[in-house]
Amino acid sequence: MRIGVPKEIYEGEARVATTPDVVTQLIKLGFDVAVESGAGEKASYSDDAYRAAGCEVIDTASDLWSKSDVVLKVRAPEGDEGARLRADQTLISFLWPAQNPELLKQLTETGGTVMAMDSVPRISRAQKVDALSSMANIAGYRAVVEAAQHFGRFFTGQITAAGKVPPAKVLVIGAGVAGLAAIGAAKSMGAIVRSFDTRPEVKEQVESMDADFLMLDFEDDEDGAGEGGYAKTMSEEFIKAEMELFAEQAKDVDIIITTALIPGKPAPKLITAETARSMKDGSVIVDLAAEQGGNCELTVPGEVAHVDGVTIIGYTDLPSRLAAQSSQLYGTNLRHLLTDLTPEKDGNIVVDMEDEVIRGTTVCKDGETTWPPPAPKLSAAPPKAEPAPAPVVKKEEPRSFVGPAIGMAIAGIALLGLGAVAPASFMSHFTVFVLACFVGYMVIWNVSAALHTPLMSVTNAISSIIVIGALMQISSTNSLTMWVAAVTIGITSINIAGGFAVTRRMLEMFRK
Amino acid sequence: MINAGIVTVSYIIATILFILALGGLSNQETARRGNWYGIIGMAIALIATILGVVTAQYTILLVALLIGGSIGLFAARRVQMTQMPELVAILHSLVGVAAVAVGYVNFMDPTAHLVGVELTIHDIETYLGILIGAVTFSGSVIAFGKLSGRITGNPMILPARHWLNLGLLIGAIWFGREFVLQSAAGAGMEPLIIMTVIALLFGIHMVMAIGGADMPVVVSMLNSYSGWAASATGFMLGNDLLIVTGALVGSSGAILSYIMCRAMNRKFLAVIAGGFGTGGGAPAAAGGGEDQGEVDPIEPLETAELFLNAKEVMIIPGYGMAVAQAQHTVFEITKALRAKGVNVRFGIHPVAGRMPGHMNVLLAEAKVPYDIVFEMDEINEDFPKVDVSVVIGANDIVNPSALTDPDSPIAGMPVLECWKGEVSIVLKRSMATGYAGVQNPLFFEDNTRMLFGDAKTTLDEVLKNL
Repeated sequence: MRIGVPKEIYEGEARVATTPDVVTQLIKLGFDVAVESGAGEKASYSDDAYRAAGCEVIDTASDLWSKSDVVLKVRAPEGDEGARLRADQTLISFLWPAQNPELLKQLTETGGTVMAMDSVPRISRAQKVDALSSMANIAGYRAVVEAAQHFGRFFTGQITAAGKVPPAKVLVIGAGVAGLAAIGAAKSMGAIVRSFDTRPEVKEQVESMDADFLMLDFEDDEDGAGEGGYAKTMSEEFIKAEMELFAEQAKDVDIIITTALIPGKPAPKLITAETARSMKDGSVIVDLAAEQGGNCELTVPGEVAHVDGVTIIGYTDLPSRLAAQSSQLYGTNLRHLLTDLTPEKDGNIVVDMEDEVIRGTTVCKDGETTWPPPAPKLSAAPPKAEPAPAPVVKKEEPRSFVGPAIGMAIAGIALLGLGAVAPASFMSHFTVFVLACFVGYMVIWNVSAALHTPLMSVTNAISSIIVIGALMQISSTNSLTMWVAAVTIGITSINIAGGFAVTRRMLEMFRK
Repeated sequence: MINAGIVTVSYIIATILFILALGGLSNQETARRGNWYGIIGMAIALIATILGVVTAQYTILLVALLIGGSIGLFAARRVQMTQMPELVAILHSLVGVAAVAVGYVNFMDPTAHLVGVELTIHDIETYLGILIGAVTFSGSVIAFGKLSGRITGNPMILPARHWLNLGLLIGAIWFGREFVLQSAAGAGMEPLIIMTVIALLFGIHMVMAIGGADMPVVVSMLNSYSGWAASATGFMLGNDLLIVTGALVGSSGAILSYIMCRAMNRKFLAVIAGGFGTGGGAPAAAGGGEDQGEVDPIEPLETAELFLNAKEVMIIPGYGMAVAQAQHTVFEITKALRAKGVNVRFGIHPVAGRMPGHMNVLLAEAKVPYDIVFEMDEINEDFPKVDVSVVIGANDIVNPSALTDPDSPIAGMPVLECWKGEVSIVLKRSMATGYAGVQNPLFFEDNTRMLFGDAKTTLDEVLKNL
């Protein structure tokens, strides 16, 4: 089958649905690949580069559409593109079926198969196909670059001969893929980064990127995680508390990057005009939700607005502004999808509607609209996080008091019994003994683990203090006693000398 | 001749010096001073006793001291650092012998004139001193045999061994009662001798049943026993210095045993009861024989390249390093890598080796500076940042199944989590399972490479390529 990649016709769109690198991979899957002349020009991929990768270059779009079995695009078809689709053709591109019901209807009527890259189900297996994440990642990175472009200062703090430069403070609202990418980029440029998200489970991810996670002082335990790992609309009180937090933060930070989106709804207005105006002069707001209306009230989609010294960037084409990178990632996402579609690797695609990923992505087929798909069986992030599996460390069993209590009672009674019958001299020795045990207990815990061997050899030497017993006996007039005592002295002195000497030898070896 | 008061004061000074000696071992800086405190304390105690208590036989006494001292010094000088566990074990046995001898002599002493309760208590003290001494002696001798390879390191499991132990214990108690009764009537030698034999058998049986890797517990336990033996002797002789010193040593050994057991997540009684696990002590077969996947071997040349490309290297030594005497080569590699700016550190598991602190002593012998040698708790969190971990002759202490598999015989034992690093290189002679008989999933991890062969030879090869 032949894959055709036309030039994007949307105004200003620089991306292209495949790159020479990806073409090589597609050819390995058994496909023939053709691109429209100049398709990759704005993304810095020349026709020659495509040719070198084994790709045919076709001059006109109509020619390309008519000769291709599979068409790969970035933007949803517009103008006459929709009408070009044939019943035996497959189109893969972004589509936004929820926002474009007429387009979906038009495409369905052609009888062709259409797969929407924005409808890839959010399951682990489909991550390699998830073009939304790829694009969000790029948008997050680019948002920081745009912010830096319009921000008149360093991101990183410096102390120079010409004075001290404070680091920029960046607030990232929404810690999804784009938000995290923005955090990472801003952090690596040296800024102080804070982040907020309605989903408390992303706190860890934010903190793992070394940014501060702002907590909302909010009593109710509201969890903003909706289905499929996206956020959901929050209660009114929550939003109020949230807005107060932003209003307060806005006075402090230099840059705000907003990425808050709720699927299928206009973007929530998080930064009011008043909040935006309250920011310091020279501050920058980058609104990644501009296409869905923007998180900031002052955002002009597609434009850079300047209000009271604050720059509000509302670009809707951030991925396109990093065209070479986003084309490469998007092309790779497409290739992964095509790999799933050609199980035989013979260049023939099979739209297997039993496969969850393919089923979810396909929005129309054989003249029927198949969107929206049935809910995915497994959500990437379950609404309520399962409690983490407990590590297999042996649990401290709730100690019953009975055992130790009985033991102590017996010990106490035994001691009392001993005290009742034992002579005073024994009890005084016994006192010394018990105290010595405690002293030993206290002292030994301080011994460093590295010195356990010297500890053993020195205690061994010390325990030969038993020699004193033999010394007390050696003066006996009984010759047997005397000789046994003499031998004992000999034996223990081996221990004394050996123990101390070997300890000394070992300790000499320990050096820094 | 000095009077009894001065002797007592000397004993107090000696006691304090012994406590200071143990306290000094809390870190490497003060440890040498601690050892000197011990030596001075011992000297003071000896001189005070010789001058204050001994009344005759000075010549024999001094000759015995000199002979014994020379043997001790000679042994201390000659011993290889890898043989330290054996030396410590055999020295423990000497304390045991001394306790037995002193106990017998004391019992035979015709000058004692105790009656009633005092006699009973004295008899019990004598009995206990000899009992503990005898167990210490035979146990240490067996431990020495096992550690030096003269006796097989495998646990010897007799049928019904718990009943046997119980029988020996009951026998010891019964003969103790006999002894006290007969002693009051002026006899008692017979039950005392029978008990000594029982105690000796008990010591042998106890240590025979314990396997090689549990030796750190055994050695520290015998250390503890030698202290209790001294303490019991002190009670018998009414000598506070012996009581205190014995109690210090006894609690020291007990704490060491406890630390070792905790490091293996095992109950002290379970270790002492012998074998591995609670059942028949057979190596746990479950999961052991299963095919767990492919191992990925590596050559010394590639190992050297991995080292050179790494920033953080962690070396995890085990008993295998001691066996292969590879510690010097390890240090040469460490030096070479540190000279190239690689941060090489050592991670020591508490039960690595055959004795508490065994690895530290070996590394110290090889002149590895102690500030790059870390305990497990200090470095376990650093593994995600480590580029190359090298496991030298260790197995169970790096077994991930201790954390992941609740059915594993070593479940819950804290282990060095080297698999969290970039690459782990495991030096091993073959694919045999570790002491616990548990297969180690670490070997089959994707980021684990196996370097087969004798640790010393292969590491020499690695060093050549650095």
